[in-house]
Amino acid sequence: MKLQTEDLAFSFEGRRIIDRLSFAVAEGEFVSILGPSGCGKSTLLNMLAGILPPESGRILVDGQEISSFSSHFAYMPQQDLLFPWKTILDNVCLYGRLHGTERALRLRAKESLPVFGLAGYGNSYPKELSGGMRQRAAFLRTALCEADVMLLDEPFGALDVITRGEMQDWLLGMRARLGRTTLLVTHDIEEAIYLSDRILILSGSPAHFQKEVRIEDRERNREWLFAQRARYKEIYYFLKGESDAH
Amino acid sequence: MQNRHKKLANILLPAALMTAVLLLWEWYVRHFGVPLYILPKPSQIFETLVLERTVLFSNSLVTVGETLLGLLIAVVAGMLLAVVMDALPMFKTAIYPLLVVSQTVPVIVLAPIFIIYLGFGLAPKVLTVMLMCFFPIVVSFADGMEQIDPNQINLIRSLGAGRLQEYLLVKVPGAASALFSGLKVAATYSISGAVVGEWLSSDKGLGYYMLRAKNGYMLDRVFACVLVVILLSLAMNGLVRLARLVLLPHERGGRRQAPEEV
Repeated sequence: MKLQTEDLAFSFEGRRIIDRLSFAVAEGEFVSILGPSGCGKSTLLNMLAGILPPESGRILVDGQEISSFSSHFAYMPQQDLLFPWKTILDNVCLYGRLHGTERALRLRAKESLPVFGLAGYGNSYPKELSGGMRQRAAFLRTALCEADVMLLDEPFGALDVITRGEMQDWLLGMRARLGRTTLLVTHDIEEAIYLSDRILILSGSPAHFQKEVRIEDRERNREWLFAQRARYKEIYYFLKGESDAH
Repeated sequence: MQNRHKKLANILLPAALMTAVLLLWEWYVRHFGVPLYILPKPSQIFETLVLERTVLFSNSLVTVGETLLGLLIAVVAGMLLAVVMDALPMFKTAIYPLLVVSQTVPVIVLAPIFIIYLGFGLAPKVLTVMLMCFFPIVVSFADGMEQIDPNQINLIRSLGAGRLQEYLLVKVPGAASALFSGLKVAATYSISGAVVGEWLSSDKGLGYYMLRAKNGYMLDRVFACVLVVILLSLAMNGLVRLARLVLLPHERGGRRQAPEEV
């Protein structure tokens, strides 16, 4: 297993948000964690990214326990968080700046700009970019980290529905290209179905995994997604039942 | 179009009012025969400004030198203190009220004390400038760092940044805009700080010149000197604006936002 957690727990202001959370993600697998807002999805990702220390439990990558910040994870937060005072190229190369590999990373970044729909924008400032472009720049920043697991925290949550759809199409294409183990946190059922190999449904208080949905189909597109009504329905009614129960 | 009209009005209206005030002033002094030692005519002030230009210029150099030195020390010390305050919240809590209180003591009281401690040379003037500029710099920079989005800090930490890199890459550049706002205020006051220092003890500089002119009841020279102080203060303000444009290129009104496309 590439990534494993064992009995992770976290409390905030005396309330236990996450309790005894264990799951595993295989190498190259794309797993979505789906759940209602405020169920602790982002907290889980923050613990993996080393931003929040878990109260108890273990995080293992390739069987090795890790604590605090680890170079195994590349984290992409909800907002793009591009630094407005840095150009796009400087922003996406932050990892290299921090680890002394800026020069090599800049070359890779320049090659990647067109792939990320940012050709000609390397020397622009974030305010000159549209919302979707900023999000792709943030994604490039994450992809350029020398990490084996990508953690995406509702990366398209702030975008309008059409842009979000375009970004999902684009990410689906990038998925095969990058081939990296990815953990996506989302509250969008469609997004989870569209992108994932496996969906883990997180809910309850304290949160724990309630259900797992596997999606084996390799060939996917929008039409395929529209045909997944049965899956959508199943997940929707499950989440609704959970929310009614609490 | 509307915007251009507004811009034009922003220049023309104050200029028109200024001209009206000067004309009224000129008329008043002439009509009522107000003596020079009470109020000089604007025309006479400008005449004196031209006649005295060499003396005023050499004294300006002294004042500007003291100002720049004091401002530079204030910027360096102020930024350092702000970073320490940001890194140690307990220290910030302890020192913040003291900083505010230090601003309530009139400079005119402090300057003579500096002279007692530091003599009649350059030091007390530089210190007066520093004292006047220090507060806006510290407060604006410390507040700017405090207001940085914690998510930005989390992001840079998740990329593996240490404490020093957190400051170099996020906090200092992120608070630069706020710092410049404080710096603009500080720079505008800085010339007056040096003039106060010179006024109290000096043998050169604009403050010294003004004091001598005042003692001789040559109010045209005092007013001409005041005009120079105003111009220099505005120049300091402009200098900070220029530095901001150069150092913070991302704040310039750049290209229009790109259209959405994938």
